[in-house]
Amino acid sequence: MRRRVVITGIGAVTPLGVGADALIERWSDGQCGIEDGAGRADEFRAEDFMTRKEARRSDRFAQFSLAAADEALGRAGWSSDLPYEPQRVGCVIGTGIGGLGSLEEQEGVLRERGAKAVSPLSVPLMMGNAAAAAVAMRHGIHGHTYGVVSACAAGAHAIGTATRMIETGDADGAVAGGAEAALTGLAVAAFSAMGATSPSGVSRPFDKRRDGFVMGEGAGALVLEDAEAAERRGAEPLGEVIGYAATSDAHHLTAPEPSGADAARAITLALEDASLSPGEIDYVNAHGTSTPLNDRSETESLKTALGEDARRVPISSTKSAIGHLLGAAGAVEAIATLEALRRRTAPPTLGWEQRDDGLDLDYVPGEARPLGAASNGDGERPLVGISNSFGFGGHNAVLCLSA
Amino acid sequence: MPTEAEVTTDRVEQVIFDGLAEVGADREQISRESTFEALEVDSLDLVEIAQIVEDEFGVELEGDDVKDLRNVGEVIDLVVARSS
Repeated sequence: MRRRVVITGIGAVTPLGVGADALIERWSDGQCGIEDGAGRADEFRAEDFMTRKEARRSDRFAQFSLAAADEALGRAGWSSDLPYEPQRVGCVIGTGIGGLGSLEEQEGVLRERGAKAVSPLSVPLMMGNAAAAAVAMRHGIHGHTYGVVSACAAGAHAIGTATRMIETGDADGAVAGGAEAALTGLAVAAFSAMGATSPSGVSRPFDKRRDGFVMGEGAGALVLEDAEAAERRGAEPLGEVIGYAATSDAHHLTAPEPSGADAARAITLALEDASLSPGEIDYVNAHGTSTPLNDRSETESLKTALGEDARRVPISSTKSAIGHLLGAAGAVEAIATLEALRRRTAPPTLGWEQRDDGLDLDYVPGEARPLGAASNGDGERPLVGISNSFGFGGHNAVLCLSA
Repeated sequence: MPTEAEVTTDRVEQVIFDGLAEVGADREQISRESTFEALEVDSLDLVEIAQIVEDEFGVELEGDDVKDLRNVGEVIDLVVARSS
């Protein structure tokens, strides 16, 4: 039998604030972290989490990751010492783009002052594995350590990959997550040029008026452990990663395959991985980007994978409150999913008011709503949720969590 | 660009002290006698210091020039010697 993987720590930096509690509490309360068409992590101060030297040596996306990992490791009781042999602990952190702000800055230096003025820190700042490297260095993690790059699915792939690492016995514990800081001139212009971002600057997933995603920034980190090892050390799990699956559309550079067939297959495979049927799902945290294409194909994929249960299950999008955190989205949204299950509350899809043709599922409009056991009174049964993540390139990753 | 002002030991010292603080060394620990190891200044930091020195004084420091230097004073003396 494969090893079970529990979640013992979570941490987040998002446009709703610093901390996983700020994310779930403010979102559930109906607060939105988007201002002037962008979801900036304005509360974040690098100096609260690292020395001046560490801050200079890490791009903003890696800084977010250090802060999120600090919170997650603290919650897990890993802050002072790793509870396992450092060689048996992994660190997998996804990103869509990596240190883009650093790249743009040094490109400017190159153009204005020439090659000899380019910072020797450029490469370690911009490399896509920089967040994983920074977290591993800070905490002395010596097992499998790398970045995962799959656009907006990277955070979910990272958690799935780290889960498999523990399930198969390559590690006893891992830090997994995602990080992104791409609110830069080039990225904002580029996403706009391809028509992906919202001209109105409003994130309203699944609403008829949705016109693109709103870019956000931040990071999420989770501490994962072999369930038996966590129990032996007396850790109190927050929840469990009970299923994971990944598929690929192989369809288009950026557009999802309209029927959502491969996304649906990822959902079905994640449920099979968890030995669950659609009737046992209590909550769906949608990818829900607020783009015309994603929200339609995702709705189709949920109908295909869940059948009639797609109409019963509450479905909400974290992006309605924080925008699209790209490579961090899957990790931040896994944390939101876990906390929704733990708190027995489905946070709302903010801004949803107008039904679109064919987008006829329960997107939890208006206010947060009691979930599962709390609404039907069936005691202590763990609740089950899935978190969808779909990336440009047609990459689909689905996590199934319980708490 | 190199400035017209005379390159004095005091000026080189000030620029290098400021540069070390800029790359993250603890300013209170910076002196002519302090070693790079004690200041936690590594090879990447030294490249940045070399860039600052070249901007200020027009003196090029290559890796081979600094690899055997142990403390801050030795770098200051090398820059002063090269610029005269």
